[in-house]
This record gives sequence, structure tokens and C-alpha cells, in this order.
Amino acid sequence: MTLAALFAVLAGMCLLLVRALLGPTLYDRVLAVNSFGTKTVLLLGLLGFVMGRPDFLDIAILYTLINFVSTIAILKFFRYRSFQVALARRADGISNRGGS
Amino acid sequence: MAELFALLANVWDTVRFPLGGAACLSGAILCIIGTIGVLRFPDFYTRVHAASITDTSGAGLVLVGMVLMAPSWIVVVKLFCILGFLLLTSATASHALVNAAHTAGLQPKIGPMANRGHEDEEEGAH
Amino acid sequence: MAYLLGIFFAILAFWMGNSGYYKPLMLGFAALSIAVTLFACARMKLIDREGAPYVRLFGWLAYYPWLTWEVIKSNWVIIKACLRADLDIHPALVKIRTVCKSDLAKVTFANSITLTPGTVTVEIEGDKLLVHGLYEANTVPEAFLEMDRRCARAADPAEKRA
Repeated sequence: MTLAALFAVLAGMCLLLVRALLGPTLYDRVLAVNSFGTKTVLLLGLLGFVMGRPDFLDIAILYTLINFVSTIAILKFFRYRSFQVALARRADGISNRGGS
Repeated sequence: MAELFALLANVWDTVRFPLGGAACLSGAILCIIGTIGVLRFPDFYTRVHAASITDTSGAGLVLVGMVLMAPSWIVVVKLFCILGFLLLTSATASHALVNAAHTAGLQPKIGPMANRGHEDEEEGAH
Repeated sequence: MAYLLGIFFAILAFWMGNSGYYKPLMLGFAALSIAVTLFACARMKLIDREGAPYVRLFGWLAYYPWLTWEVIKSNWVIIKACLRADLDIHPALVKIRTVCKSDLAKVTFANSITLTPGTVTVEIEGDKLLVHGLYEANTVPEAFLEMDRRCARAADPAEKRA
């Protein structure tokens, strides 16, 4: 049954690729990639259980965190076209959103 | 009393693998349902809601199923780490995504969606 | 100092739970990595009230089981919406006002709204939150009153509570 779950997650990932390729806006694609990463974590865990080697879970933990960081990095880059800008608002209360 | 506990442990060891497999399978099916929602819904903001099914109940059920099948305590701790990280980061990531889209000026579609075939496309063309 | 100890024990528990090897060499590596992590935390000025939020632990322990039940209930609604043949959704964008005072309580509230399928926080401005919902009936400001109250009770310090 774990094997069936593995293939179900794989099918979900294939369907998500369709949305990532179709997606009319950039944000649809980023959403699809983020959700794809969540499913990859589940796939890694299930693969470890199917093969009887739960050591794969370490990779899954890392993938969870890297997925989050990469989503934020992509969003930040496409908002400011640079990684050199602080994401938080400045201390003088002027919001620096939306570039200049 | 000790026999009762031994019996209970025995029953638990035979029951937990089918239970865990069923939980994994239903979580994976929820992942597919969320993906179908992502493919079907009309605009970006509604697709975020469909994707959050995958992130909460799909991932939660799969991980709970794996906890039921876990061979040792270390694995259980790792699975709970993954669950905690997933719940914290997926909510934050989808908020960041929606906030970025809203700041960039992507307008959500508001109002009932049931029977808006062609007029909707004309609206979008403007 | 108490905050430093709090972060130290959290990292130690994380290492113990993830390693599984308790030989002297591995424990030496653990001490080294924990020391480097604590140094990095101190350099990033993370050792403060928000870095080790143990005072609110019991409030959160009471809050998250309730939130789990809410998430399960709203999951069911969205699953039905995904599988309906006629796409019977009614998206709405509403502005709600929160009673949470501290930043931590506001973040908990916004995170809970986003974690619940069907509603997602778009923006936070002061004490007002912009929320996008899949069904207008579930997104009226009254629907969030109880979650708001529970978040304020879980994460706001007692002297700030309204």
C-alpha cells in the first residue's frame, strides 16, 4: 500500500508539472514549484519506507527547508530584481515595497 | 496483566502496518485532489487554496501513516520535525506568494463563479 | 542568559532526535556544531525573547489542537469544492480587524488563517488583515472572531491583553 501511495504522489507531481508549464502568470508557476517541493518531501519519505531505509528522512528534512528558502528567494528576486535589498520595512517607517 | 499487555502489543504490531499504509494512501489521494483543484480553479488566488490542501491534510496524513509504520523512535522524531517544518514553512510561503502577487498588482476575481462562461473571458480581455 | 540556555536545549534536543549515534566522537562533533550555531545566533542577534519563546509554550500547546480540528473541518469544504462538477465557488476579499496586540500574536493569527485551507492572509497593516477566501460565507469577519480570541490568549503577554 505504501507503493500505491508512492505512485499516487508521483501522479500528483506529474499533474502539477502541467500547471507549472501552463501557468499564465509567474506566481502560478512559483506556486506549482512550491507544491511540487512539498510532494517531493513526501515522495522521499515514502521511498525510504518502500526500500526499508528510513535514512532518506534526513534528506527530506533538508528538502523541506531548502524548498522554503528557494521559494522566498525566487519571490524576492522577481520583486526587486536583486538579492541585495532588505525584505523588512525600513526603520524610518517608509515602506520599500514595489521598488521605486 | 502482563499477558494482556503482551497481547495488546502483538495486536498493535499486526494492525499498525495496514493502518499506516491506508493513511499514506489516503494522504496521497488528497495530494492528487489538491492538484486537480490547482488545475481547475480559475485564477491564482483560488489556486493557492487548492494547493494548501496538499500542504496540510495531504502531507499530514502521509506523515502520520509513516509514523504508524516507523521502525524506531528516531524515525518518529524525524517525521515530527518534517511535519512541524512543513506546517510552518508552507503557510509562510503561501502568504509570501500571495502578498507578492498582490503587491505586483494581480487582481483577484471576486464574486460567484458558477455560470460565468463567455462574459468572463471578455472581461479578461480588457 | 536564560534565552541562550533555551536555544541551547532546543538545538541539543534537535541533534539528539536526529542523530541516533551516541559515541564520543559523534558527541564531540555535536558540541562543536552546537557551539558554532550558538555563535552564529549571537552574531545575528537572535538570542532574545522571540528566539526562545518558552513562556508561551503552554498557550500554544492549548491552541494548536483546536487549530488542527479547524483545519480538518475546512479541508473537507475545499475538497468538496475541488471535486464539484460545476465549480461552485465565490471568492471574496475582506478586511478584518484583530484584537491581538503583540507581533507574535499577530503572526500566529495570520499563520493560522493561511494554514486553514480556504482562507489566506494577503496583507497585514497595523491591526487590520486583508484576507482572501474561497467562499464568501466563510470569510465574513465574524468567522474569525474565535480564532482571533484564542490567538490573543495563546501568544499575547497578559499585561497587554485587552
